[in-house]
Amino acid sequence: MSTGSTTAGSTVELVKLRKSYGSTVAVDGIDLRIAAGAYCCLLGPSGCGKTSTLRMIAGHEDISDGDLLIGDRVVNAEPPARRGTAMMFQSYALFPHLDCTDNVAFSLKMKGVSREERRRRAREMLDLVHMSQYADRLPAQLSGGQQQRVALARALITRPGVLLLDEPLSALDPFLRIRMREELKRLHTELGITFVHVTHSQTEAMALADLVVVMSQGRIEQAGPPREVFNQPRTAFVARFIGGHNVVDDAAGRWAVRADRILLGQPEGADHAVQGTVRALEYHGASVHLTLDVPGAEDFAVVLDESRFYDAPLSIGDRVTAGWKARDVHPLVS
Amino acid sequence: MTVTAVPPEASSASAAPRGGGVRRSVLRRAVPYLQAGPLALTLLVFLLIPILTIVAVSFWDYDSIRIYPDFVLTNYEELLTSPVTWKTYLNTVKFAALTWVITLLIGFTVAYFLAFHVQSTTWQMVLFLVCTIPFWTSNIIRMISWIPFLGRNGLLNSGLISAGLIDRPLEFLLFSDFAVVLAFVHLYALFMVVPIFNSMMRIDRALVEAARDGGASAAQVVWNVILPLAKPGIAIGSIFVVTLVMGDFITVRLMSGGQSASIGLMIANEISLLQYPAAAANAVVLLAVVLIMVVAMLRIVDIRKEL
Repeated sequence: MSTGSTTAGSTVELVKLRKSYGSTVAVDGIDLRIAAGAYCCLLGPSGCGKTSTLRMIAGHEDISDGDLLIGDRVVNAEPPARRGTAMMFQSYALFPHLDCTDNVAFSLKMKGVSREERRRRAREMLDLVHMSQYADRLPAQLSGGQQQRVALARALITRPGVLLLDEPLSALDPFLRIRMREELKRLHTELGITFVHVTHSQTEAMALADLVVVMSQGRIEQAGPPREVFNQPRTAFVARFIGGHNVVDDAAGRWAVRADRILLGQPEGADHAVQGTVRALEYHGASVHLTLDVPGAEDFAVVLDESRFYDAPLSIGDRVTAGWKARDVHPLVS
Repeated sequence: MTVTAVPPEASSASAAPRGGGVRRSVLRRAVPYLQAGPLALTLLVFLLIPILTIVAVSFWDYDSIRIYPDFVLTNYEELLTSPVTWKTYLNTVKFAALTWVITLLIGFTVAYFLAFHVQSTTWQMVLFLVCTIPFWTSNIIRMISWIPFLGRNGLLNSGLISAGLIDRPLEFLLFSDFAVVLAFVHLYALFMVVPIFNSMMRIDRALVEAARDGGASAAQVVWNVILPLAKPGIAIGSIFVVTLVMGDFITVRLMSGGQSASIGLMIANEISLLQYPAAAANAVVLLAVVLIMVVAMLRIVDIRKEL
């Protein structure tokens, strides 16, 4: 990093962390340890408690019960600025009356850094996110992606140990989203600080995180590296939310099998097989996605390589045998 | 205007005979003017004509029994060369400035409390309505109600004496500049509260969190985020308060007990002496002064985004 010594990331540890609003429990006593310098994604559907968790870490929401440790200090009662965290807001929350430089320099102004000094450092920070040429513009004169870069610079200028991102990419168009994803990854590598990123997109979580934390109804369903979460989903919720899995209930209990591990036709080497009817069929370019009606599963998805599918094409209503190998079956906790 | 402009070719190309098409396109062009008509007429009859009449009369001549249509500058000459005028303007501006500062402090504080510290919308509405209770009675009643409270033997003085805090009644409480400013603040504070509250309600709460995230203390949030973003509301409230105070005559007369003067009072006196041209000249000058003040305020703050 060009702006001097980098701040090492801080660990973040949640101990029985709980948030309730009256009788509604938003976060139900979760335990989580995020290693220093990790990229953690809190993933889940809306209302799962991921944003409340992030806001508690940030200090913008009171903790109802439990402890929050950043570094190795308990920071439950500390104001946001003394936690060593910085937050990037979903709506970016740029100050509309200040130009980009003053927006980025805001926290330095609060600390009483002189105008010259803080504007110089803000310019350096804008440089880091490639926004120097817009330094004198007001937020209203910037596009969504540009506003986001400024918001990022504003959060980073405090040299936080932990950067908190609340759905940072959801307001961007798909093309820009992928660009910003790369940018976040680059900054994470360059700065070496801990990122905690809230998202409802499993693609985003998989693409960015070292640690994916899948949440549902105020609880953590599973926390682990993305490959582990994808290949060994612990619960039916995780398997469904992550996608690409079939969840089946049968005599053997509840288990999951990846949609791209299903063999169709007269599968050789399949340990299990089931009869079904093709209900829907979608061409996706590299692959073809089929949905089968089979007993024991709501939607039985099959993902086939495009060329394999056209070797023996099927159409809607065809009867077909679907098989899979025993080693591809993952039992689920119900 | 939402009247869509149909291209003339399109309307004349219709099957109707040529004459009809022309008439229709004339009608089309007239529609926007017809829509603007009622407002223009109202402004003409109730604003423009009265002002033009006053301007015209300000150049007329008069004696103690009647006024003569004429074009003389004596009314303005007498007005602007009289030290009384200047003293009265100074006094009026003093009232306006004091009232402005005090209502601004009260208005900002009340609006800030309502907008940022009252969490539930219901309570916000309730407290807001409580603010409007004084408006259920007339201005005059509200002013007069101060008299038994502030008077020489009023509630406040007797209360303070019986509490042993003072020996003799405080004389400055009533029929003084203090009483005038107090009444102005009482009458007009709400005109400051409402627009500032309105501005504050438009401030994205995430901005306050972002400021706190950047290490701002509560006071720094107010100074660096809320105050700048509430400026349009402050400007609108200031325009209300300043114009109301500059034009007032009844509050000054009642609360100063006739010991203080304002331009409005001066005009009222001239009217009661049937010196209409002098009063008109005075009114024209006052209008110009107030307009200059309003323009100055609008130059400082851009209120367009509030409208």
